[in-house]
Amino acid sequence: MITAVRKPMEEIIACVEPYDRILLVGCNECVSVCSAGGRKEVALLASALHMHFMKQGKTMDIREITLERQCDPEYVEELVTSVDGSDAILSMACGCGVQTIAARYREKPVFPAVNTTFMGASERQGVWSERCQGCGDCVLGITGGICPIARCSKRLMNGPCGGSTKGKCEIDANVDCAWQLIWDRLKALGLERRIEDIMEAKDWRTSRDGGPRKIIREDLAS
Amino acid sequence: MTDSFEPEIVAFCCHYCAYTAADMAGSKRISYPPNVKIIRVPCTGKVDAIHIMKALEKGADGVYVAGCLEGDCHFKTGNIRAAHRVRRVQALLEEIGVEPERVEMITMSAGMGERFAKTARDFTEKIRQLGPSPVKTAARDFRRRAVS
Repeated sequence: MITAVRKPMEEIIACVEPYDRILLVGCNECVSVCSAGGRKEVALLASALHMHFMKQGKTMDIREITLERQCDPEYVEELVTSVDGSDAILSMACGCGVQTIAARYREKPVFPAVNTTFMGASERQGVWSERCQGCGDCVLGITGGICPIARCSKRLMNGPCGGSTKGKCEIDANVDCAWQLIWDRLKALGLERRIEDIMEAKDWRTSRDGGPRKIIREDLAS
Repeated sequence: MTDSFEPEIVAFCCHYCAYTAADMAGSKRISYPPNVKIIRVPCTGKVDAIHIMKALEKGADGVYVAGCLEGDCHFKTGNIRAAHRVRRVQALLEEIGVEPERVEMITMSAGMGERFAKTARDFTEKIRQLGPSPVKTAARDFRRRAVS
């Protein structure tokens, strides 16, 4: 999922302060799962904003809506009736959702209420870790299901480096060395000889080196 | 103004401990301030951050969540979860300039009628010292200005 964390209240307040009617939009997908911008977080932020502005002697009209998915134009269309009654839109979705709204409702200022952080997985309740950087050329099949790009601090394709100590990375004793994990996993699979296969320099053109990426499925994009 | 101030307090009380303790206080004829309005919940783990925020937004001067003693939760970890949520609300209140002390997590057992009454008295007194909620005061002044 795409993970996010709420922005500091000070920053959010500074964005919406000049307006009287705010449309606060959550998303039922990734940000809902990582407890950053779902229905609950929308209600909590609305309540905090109400209290802040009441303290200032200002009545802020905040309308709360949580869309099924904010990164799809079909769902963003649902806002069409609510947008007219608002001066600005505050989105709790990831950057994709914010941009979909901004592209559809050009006449309204749109502000993000969360910082989109990374593509990650849930380790346990309340803990999410980065697992993928969307490099466009997946190597998980040869690294035992552990990504050296997302999980090695140096993104080494041939590791570990000299900074690996007792299975931990030199940047932080709490960070696992991805290449130690890869070694352990390959060993468990009886494939440890693979660690000696030298991986060639990665072709980063499938990543951000080629500029903004796009997927066009001819069979669907008629 | 503060002398005549009577705080409005909302207490979310667990059915298995604090609510029964309140009952116990009543049976023992131990008085506690009428400022405390009790909301019975099946477990403090059921109390969400939004419930606490809404209570404050709608005019409560203080809110406390009263759950079982640590390790005694009927649902194992509901009270621990509630304590985490209370801390989260306290942090959020701090961010918007409302005293985090207006929200508290308290634990007790079903037999602690005295403790329930003392907690109600102590918390009411603490909120009395803090004064009315800045949210309520500003909103009331705003309404007065709007009427005049």
